[in-house]
Formats: sequence, C-alpha cells, structure tokens
Amino acid sequence: MLFTVLTGLITSGLLIPFGKLIKIKWSFLLPLIPVLLFIFYLLHIPTIAGGTNLVQHVNWVPSMGVNLDFRLDGLSLLFALLITGIGTAIFFYARTYLKGHVYYDRFFAYLLLFMSAMLGVVLSNNILTLFVFWELTSISSFFLIGFNNDSKESRSSALTALSITGLGGFFLLAGLILMGNVAGTFVISELFSKHDVLLAHPLYPLIAGLIFIGAFTKSAQFPFHFWLPGAMKAPTPVSAYLHSATMVKAGIYLLARFTPVLGGNELWNNTLMIVGGFTMAFAAIHALFRVDLKGILAYSTISALGMLTFLLGLGTPEAIIAAAVFILVHALYKANLFMVTGIIDHETHTRDITRLAGLRKVLFPVFIAALLAALSSAGLPSTFGFIGKDLIYEATLHYEEHWALWLTALAIITNVGLVAAGFMAGLKPFTGKLPADFEKVHLPYPSMWIPPLLLGILGLIFGLFPGVVGDLFNNQAANAIAHAETGMKLKIWHGFNMVLLLSIATLAVGIVVYLVNKPSEKKLAAVERFNRIAPQRVFLRIGRSIMRASAWYTHTFHNGYLRSYHIKIIIFAELLLAYKLWISGPIKINWEELTPLSWYEVGIVAILLGALYIIVTTRSRLTSVVSTSVIGYCICLMFVFYSAPDLAMTQFTIDTLTTVLFVLVLYKLPSFINMTSRWIVIRDAMVALGFGVILSLIALRVLQEPNTTDVSSFYGENSYLLAKGKNVVNTILVDFRGIDTMFETVVLSIAAIGVYSLIRLRLKASEKE
Amino acid sequence: MELLLVIVIGLLYSGGVYLILRRSMVKLLLGIMLLGNGTNILIFLLGKITKGSPPVINEAYKVFQDIYADPIPQALILTAIVISFALTSFAIVLLKRVYALVDSDDLDDLNTPEEEEL
Repeated sequence: MLFTVLTGLITSGLLIPFGKLIKIKWSFLLPLIPVLLFIFYLLHIPTIAGGTNLVQHVNWVPSMGVNLDFRLDGLSLLFALLITGIGTAIFFYARTYLKGHVYYDRFFAYLLLFMSAMLGVVLSNNILTLFVFWELTSISSFFLIGFNNDSKESRSSALTALSITGLGGFFLLAGLILMGNVAGTFVISELFSKHDVLLAHPLYPLIAGLIFIGAFTKSAQFPFHFWLPGAMKAPTPVSAYLHSATMVKAGIYLLARFTPVLGGNELWNNTLMIVGGFTMAFAAIHALFRVDLKGILAYSTISALGMLTFLLGLGTPEAIIAAAVFILVHALYKANLFMVTGIIDHETHTRDITRLAGLRKVLFPVFIAALLAALSSAGLPSTFGFIGKDLIYEATLHYEEHWALWLTALAIITNVGLVAAGFMAGLKPFTGKLPADFEKVHLPYPSMWIPPLLLGILGLIFGLFPGVVGDLFNNQAANAIAHAETGMKLKIWHGFNMVLLLSIATLAVGIVVYLVNKPSEKKLAAVERFNRIAPQRVFLRIGRSIMRASAWYTHTFHNGYLRSYHIKIIIFAELLLAYKLWISGPIKINWEELTPLSWYEVGIVAILLGALYIIVTTRSRLTSVVSTSVIGYCICLMFVFYSAPDLAMTQFTIDTLTTVLFVLVLYKLPSFINMTSRWIVIRDAMVALGFGVILSLIALRVLQEPNTTDVSSFYGENSYLLAKGKNVVNTILVDFRGIDTMFETVVLSIAAIGVYSLIRLRLKASEKE
Repeated sequence: MELLLVIVIGLLYSGGVYLILRRSMVKLLLGIMLLGNGTNILIFLLGKITKGSPPVINEAYKVFQDIYADPIPQALILTAIVISFALTSFAIVLLKRVYALVDSDDLDDLNTPEEEEL
C-alpha cells in the first residue's frame, strides 16, 4: 500500500524536471498512474469483501510513535476506489480540458500530489501520519484552487480555503494528539479497543470538539461551508475531483473512521445530527437560488456532505449503511455533473443557467451523461441514487419514535432541494430552444465526454444490481464504520411501503420545484443580502484584523533599521534585569572592605570620563577615535595599579594597534552627520543611562557576594608545581587552558586573513555605486 | 576605589549603548569597543581587586607566600581583549569596504526595504 501512496508523490516530484517532456508528447502516461492504482485496489475487493483487513507497517520515526502504518479495510477500500477510480476519469478528462495550458505539467504535479495525499489519508493506520497526509491535501487543494494565478478572485479563494482548512487542521492535530495520549496509542486499529477509556475520560468533550472542527472545516459544514463555493474558481476537473468527490469527503472519512472510537454517545451523535442536518437543509435551499452551474453544484455538494454527517450522527446501523451507500452514489453523479459543467463551460464559455438552453442538439452524448447523473441525483427508481435515497428515509423513519418524523421531514426538504438542483444543473442547459449564439457549439474530444458518460452508465448499472454492488463495496465499509456486522442487503425493490411513497413524493415535489423555480440574478442578489450576517463575514473580518495586526507588528518590530532593533533588545534586557534586581532584594555596601582611594586613581578616572564625554558629543571622527584610545590607556593604567601587568601590556599593545588601524584605514571618512532630532537624542540617552545604571547596580551586587577563590587558589598553588611557570596568568593561558588559547589563535588568524584579503581586494568600476 | 570603578562601568556601558543607537557605522563600532571595555572592568571587579601584588610567584619560592591578585579574571580579560581586537580590526576593514561601495557612513543607506503594499 505504501507504494501506491509513494507512486504519485514520486511522479509528482519527477514532473518538476521532466514536465516539459510530458507537456509535449508523453502526456498519455499520466492517466496510467490512477488506472494502475485503480486496478490494484479493484484486485483487493475479493479479499476485503471476505472480511479480512490488510495491514502494512514501515518504521518512520518509531521513537515518537510516528510510523508509516497502513491498513486497508472496507471503509478505506471504498475511498481508495473512489480516489483512484474518479481520479482515472478526471485524469483523462483534464488531459484534454487543459490541453495547451502553460502550466499543464504543474497542474498534473499538484493533482498527483493530491491523489497520493488522499490515498495516504484513507489508508493511514497511524493518526499522526493521517494528519500529515490530511495537511498535504489542503496544500495541494490550495495550489489547485489558485491555479489560474493571474486572477485575483482565484488567489483569494485559494487563500480562504487554505485558511479555513488549515485552521481546522490545527484543531485536528490538537485533537489527535490529545486522543493519542489519552488512549496511549496512535495506531487506529488499536484505538478501537480504547473506546470505553476515551469516552469515560474527562477530556473526551474536548477531543471530540477538536476533531469535529477539523472534520467540519474540511467537509464544508456550517459555519465553515463558505470556502467551498469559492473553491469553484479552480479548473473544473479540480472541482469535480477535490471539491465534490474526494477531498471534501476526507472530513466524512475522518468522522466515519472515528465513529467506532469516539462515537456512540449523545455528544457525538447530537452534534453531528444538528450540524449535518442544518447544513444539508440550508445548502439545499441555497442551491436553488444560484444561477452559476458550478454554484448550484457547490451548494448541492455541501448539502450532500451535510447529509452524510447527519447520517453518521444518527448512528443506527441503517443510517450507517445509508451513509456508506450515499458516499458512492454522490461521488458518481456529482463528479459526472461537474465534468458536464466543464464541457459546457469549455464550449459555450458561460455557466449561467439563465442563458443556457437546448444544448442537447449540439452536445448529445454529454446530455445523456448529464441526464443519467440528474436522474441518479433525483433518485429515480432503477438508478443508484434511488437506492441511496431509500436507505436515507429508512434510516430516519426508524430512528427514535419521538424524533423520526422531524428528521424525516428534514431529509425530505433536503432531498427535494437536491432533486431540483440536480435537474437545474443536469437538465436545464439541455432542454428548450437552442439560442442562436450556441448553434456553432460542437462536441469536444471524446476523452472529455466519455468519462462522465461512463460514470453515468456505472450509476445506472449499480442501480440495477444493488445487491452485488453492496456486497462488493459498501457492506464492509458500513461494517468498518459501525465496527460490527451491519447485515446490509441492498435491494432494488423494497415492496410497496412508506419509504417508496416518500421517495415518489420527493421526486414529484422536486420536479414541481424545478419547474416553478426560475433562478435569476435578482433572486440571487436578494439572497446575497443575507451575506452581511453570514459566517464568512466574521471569518473575513478576523482574517483582516490578524493581517493588520501582523503588518503592524512587522512594521514596528522588523523595520530594517539596525538601531531600532538595538533599542528594542536593550529595553527588553533592561526590563528583565531590572526585574531580577528588584526581586533580589536591597544592595548593601560594605564600606570597610573597600580599597582606599588615592589621588592618581581619581585623576585617571577623571580623564577616562572626560574622554568618554568627548566621544559621545564630538562631531569629528578623528577626535572620537583618539578619545577611545585614551580610554583604553586609562584602563591600561588601572590594570597597572591593580596588579595585572599582563593585562596592562596586552591592553596597551592592542589599543595602540586598533587606533593605528582605525586612523590608517578610515582617514577618508566624512565627519559625522547629525540628523537625529532632539527628542530621539534624549530618548536614546535615557535608555543608555538606564542601562548604565542597571549595570552599575549589578556590579555593586557582585561586590556584596562573598568571593570564592577555590579555582584561583588551585591555579596559584599549582602554577609552578605542575606547569613550571611562576606567572600564574601565563600558565593558565598556555598550560592549563592551552587548547582554548590555541583556538583563540585560530580565530585571530582567521580575522587576520579576512583583514588582509579585504584590504587587498580592489573594487571593479562596475561594483561602485 | 570599587565604587569609582562601578561608576566607570556604568558610564562606559551608557556611552556604548548610546553610540550603538546612532546611525553612523563608525559610532556603532566605537560603541561596541566601549561596551567591551566596560565588560572587561566588570570582570576585573568580579575578582577582588588587589593593589601591588600581581599573581606572579616570587623568584625564591615555588608557591605563593603572600596574598596575590585573582589570576582568573585576568586570564579571562586577556582573552577578551585579544578576541575583541580581532573583531574590531576586521570590522574596521569591513567598514572601509562598505564605505567604498555605498559612499556613505550612514547605516540607513545600507537598507533596501522591500516596496510592498498591504
């Protein structure tokens, strides 16, 4: 299984150097990857349908419990088949759709990256690995939404999608780590047995909440739904693949995967039911007001995702079976409808359903594909959608008696909306009279209309043989979600009962709504007025304030002026040191221990301070350099007075050398400019004096500490005995700490080489500004 | 004397900090040198300062007979002086080269802030 994940990643990487080749003539190789992967997973159907799970374990970071564990069970297989199967269709379709595009190679690199990441999500048996792949899907989705990077809308939609899903990712990571720590394992198959431990743990609500946010942001549940319609700025193959059939279902996958781990209590079920229920009805009604084909599909996708969440929330075996089937139903018809929309857009250059009509005359095979999808979405008997719809009603009707009626009503409202939306997208553009300006529209390459047609036919076949399909694909998936035998048996005919009645009623009402509802720009504008209170406003505002705050932060703290960094660092250091001094108590001066003063010492200090004053105030560069050397000599004299002959000699030599070098090298510099305002001078002087005062206080505190001389006396006693030297400072430097001194010499040599080469380096005329 | 040294340390630090807050590169360098000097004296003060008894053993003996100045701060300062010389000399030469390239001693002229809009 690892290789199926890696194939795409590696190919995606290979497209960077070899992209040009692919663009010219080898592009037929690209769809081979999903085809082969699809076949690989098809071959696993018999094993998985028999009830066995495949496990693969590769060590990655064993010390942190992060390993490349993969596990293929019914649920994973269903998703893997969707990812590779729909992927195959999309790859063929996109090859033609984007023919001749400048970033053709990039597009497929992103798409392959996404496919691998998605496979990684559904196959991972380790929650941390799962998270890594989860984030990869967000990132590849970001690049794909912003694929037309010269359009501003595209870029901002990509950013919105990434911020919402990325934000969800943060929460999810927190939730996963928490869950792993509480359960004591990061391996999903081991988590199943920790169900009771997790549920009883006081942190359970937090874990569930964090994971909910992760799943809801990814699967576009209210109030995070708004990034999905924006994501429709992506090229249509992307919308079909990522934003309807696969990526957005990652959130559903996550919820389904963790249902046996965290589910089965009121918090889990009620949250999913409320959020899913609201989202599905809200989005289904919203879809009816759209005039853009992709807008309709986006909202009906949100509605379908809401439906799946809602079904997982019901949590009864029937609901889980319905969810497992509906995932497949929806992926089949929605990818199909998106591809049809892409063809319409490609050929007529519009997606406005108020303008599109009569296209069946010019795009007949496309019409058939769209019709099959619309019928499946409407749940006409003998389509696969019919089976899905039946199961949903069965699930709601058989829920607790008290709520069954309300839940069923909610499902009916949603389904009516979905029926009408399906017809709007799949039927409306093809019926009626063909407008004159569309008469020249011609059928695209077969590689564009065969994939949706195949999906449509597949939906029909699945609908005719639901028993076989259920056994092959959905049965084990439902068992994996429930972590028990659900005993699913899909049938085409349930007998004449309540469910069938509801199905027919839904269909009838849906058709009426479709006929009556005439979406127009005006109605859309009326609905959009509510946007002012919509959640995206809140998120946008939060996003903008964060941006403003970070801009302010950057401009204030990272303005590129060296002195501004200095002053901030120094002020911070002052505050820190002042606090430390404050809490360490009062300073006492022991007057008796002080060394007595003599007049020449006072004189030296006076000269030193005078020189310091001159450095700070002078305008002349030479004066300040000379004054610095005066300070150096004063210090040198102090070393002489206080028994440090070696220091005095070194200080003297170094100070002389520095001054000579300074004067020799820098004699051509201009005198100091003074452009600083008075206020800044005062501010800097205050900061500088503050620092001086604090350092003085620290020095005083040092004086009050008792002197420990263990190390010093060791050197003193052993200087001659061990190192045969009578100057202790010398023996420390060249004997006791000889290696340090050697490295110091190395540093000096490096500096010397640097100085020498910089002096020798001559400027070319071109380098001079 | 210690109190006088404490004041000297404080003022050397103040002067150094004030100079590194200026715009001139030369002043920046002088400021760093002043800070270095201040630190040297601070380290010197850490060992008890002693007058007239350097840490050198008398010719006639093999170990100290009398009190002697703490040799460790001296060894540390010696290292510090030498290393700071390496830094300073390199900085001086570098400064000269920068001056040759941009014809200015002003640190702000070295900035090329990105032109960006929000």
